[in-house]
Amino acid sequence: MDKQRRKFLKIAGVTALAGLSAPAVIKLTSSPALASSETPGEAAGHAAPAEAHGAEGHGAEQAAHTGVRLGMLIDMRKLYGRPDLMDKATAACHKVHNVPHIENKKNEIKWLWHAPFENVFPEHSSYHESKVTAENDFMVLCNHCDEPPCVRVCPTKATFRDEKTGIVAMDFHRCIGCRFCMMGCPYGARSFNWMDPRPYIKEYNADFPTRMRGVVEKCNFCGERLALGQEPACVEAVKEVGAFVFGDLNDPNSEIRQRLDQDHTIQRKPSLGTKPSVFYIV
Amino acid sequence: MYNKRFIIPGLAILVLIVTFPLWFNAFSKASAVPKPELPPGGEKQCVASIPEMRASHMVMLNEWRDAVLRDEDRVAVTVNGKEYRKGLQMACMQCHSNKEKFCDSCHEYASVKPYCWDCHLTPAVLATKKETH
Repeated sequence: MDKQRRKFLKIAGVTALAGLSAPAVIKLTSSPALASSETPGEAAGHAAPAEAHGAEGHGAEQAAHTGVRLGMLIDMRKLYGRPDLMDKATAACHKVHNVPHIENKKNEIKWLWHAPFENVFPEHSSYHESKVTAENDFMVLCNHCDEPPCVRVCPTKATFRDEKTGIVAMDFHRCIGCRFCMMGCPYGARSFNWMDPRPYIKEYNADFPTRMRGVVEKCNFCGERLALGQEPACVEAVKEVGAFVFGDLNDPNSEIRQRLDQDHTIQRKPSLGTKPSVFYIV
Repeated sequence: MYNKRFIIPGLAILVLIVTFPLWFNAFSKASAVPKPELPPGGEKQCVASIPEMRASHMVMLNEWRDAVLRDEDRVAVTVNGKEYRKGLQMACMQCHSNKEKFCDSCHEYASVKPYCWDCHLTPAVLATKKETH
């Protein structure tokens, strides 16, 4: 009896020791493999914010995607003191896409709208802001990010980044209305149809569908108009002042790139690393 | 056989009741094969042959949807020199301008409820708030 207990304790002790040291042994033996898989992830994690700070948010400089990447430059200088032009652009956009006009803030649907500086650029100081900044609203729309968080969170791939154009598009057929994308989007660019939108549409565009209750919608950079060789509706609406410049950000000869080279531009929430495709001159 | 006079009529009634759906539909107009209205504009040609459209228009619509939305392939389909833009509203309803007499006639008969019209506009709905420019 005594002898057996002694034996049992010995075995238990050795087993416990082996069990405790096993993770350490595994870690030691497989360290090269682990290290190699960890390093790029870590590096990317550190690089993203650094890049965003260093390049003042011009994510395009280190864009992961090649090929066409459509973007927009909004020259706010041409829209200061002209809320009528901003409303005109919004009206054109909303008309073309059968966007309902719902007054109620909770239910409203927005593709293109305007908001005060501190709401559009919360990362930029609005302390002692200039008169122009304080008095004017700024045009806001989907940023068609190069790293769109809405696409990452969509469980049905209803929203996706179109590889041919860089547009963050939506397939309303697939949207299940979970609103993850609205949580994911740091710009509030997405609206949810809490109710049937049709009664709130003044007049229908025959070439575009409406949406139904329970889907999310947002700006699509006028993909359907681009296919016909037309400009986005907002660009066309305020053509007279040329406040919107639309084009391929990856093409060094495009008008938008030349304009970006000329002037200092800012983007919305650059530190998030979403790499927006919409630029502002303020 | 005991109770012959109850069993035989009872069996007859049972058979009648069991086969009720068959003979009821045979004599009612529910069994009439629907005749969808041809395009009021008199168009004789579609993007594909009639049997093909009848059997698999839904497949084609899904393919168009995926082409337009997923692959950015919005190039119009050209059949015998006529261009059709890919889209329910942009192609189909241009000729088949009466959804109630064309689409619905078969869909109701077959008891299928496609959700196209939750978002897509029928010519009738479109006419209620027609764009005027």
